[in-house]
Amino acid sequence: MVDAQQDVKKDRPVYRNIGLAQLIKYRLPWAGKVSILHRISGAALFLLLPFILYLFDQSLASEMSYQKFQAFTSNIFVKIICLGLIWSFLHHFCAGIRYLLLDLEIGVDKSEANRSAKFVLFLGLALTAIVGLKMFGLY
Amino acid sequence: MPIYQIGPKRLVVGAHYGLKEWIIQRVTAIVMVVFTIVLLIDYCITGSATYEGWAGLFSNQFMKLLTFLALFSLFYHAWIGVRDIWMDYIKPVSIRLTLQVLTVLYLVACAAYAVQILWKV
Repeated sequence: MVDAQQDVKKDRPVYRNIGLAQLIKYRLPWAGKVSILHRISGAALFLLLPFILYLFDQSLASEMSYQKFQAFTSNIFVKIICLGLIWSFLHHFCAGIRYLLLDLEIGVDKSEANRSAKFVLFLGLALTAIVGLKMFGLY
Repeated sequence: MPIYQIGPKRLVVGAHYGLKEWIIQRVTAIVMVVFTIVLLIDYCITGSATYEGWAGLFSNQFMKLLTFLALFSLFYHAWIGVRDIWMDYIKPVSIRLTLQVLTVLYLVACAAYAVQILWKV
């Protein structure tokens, strides 16, 4: 038993005081990927808050500003930035609901939590694809 | 405030420490979820996006207040989240405090802008 444990331990890299170089090699579990992307998407939304509010302002202020808003958001680069923000929102939203359910002790089980993490990551990307296809006029 | 909560030996860990922020993070999240659902329902009912429909939605007093609550929740939620990021990665107290102060000022300015946008309609 002790030998078996030591064998397993040997293969595993030990990380102490993780540096940037080690981060690339570090393979996170699905829940870990969802978690770090939750943080990154949140930070992105925070940094682009003035841009989001500006778009909201343009869309609401007047008939003329609404037309300007439509012209502005039909630009390909603006569309790509918006799509990035939409993914950030959708991922943050889905992952956030997963956390709320975990708080209620729903799906805390290891295998279930792993499954829900994969599902949330996929759902964020799938919903982004649906919105993206609509934005680029594919349906 | 009990006397042991003051000074360098104050309690910074243990039961209930940070509970307020933890609860606010979740309450504000739920408010934003409700707002998102309301927007989605409106989109499903009206379907097409016209200026009249969009501006009409936010000229409604109830919607205006709900939007304000959702945006206020967003700013508070962002404060707690970004504060956590600074606390996790920025160790020197002087830099961390500066970033936290800038974050608060940034979010208060965003809140003022949001009020201006909403009450123009």
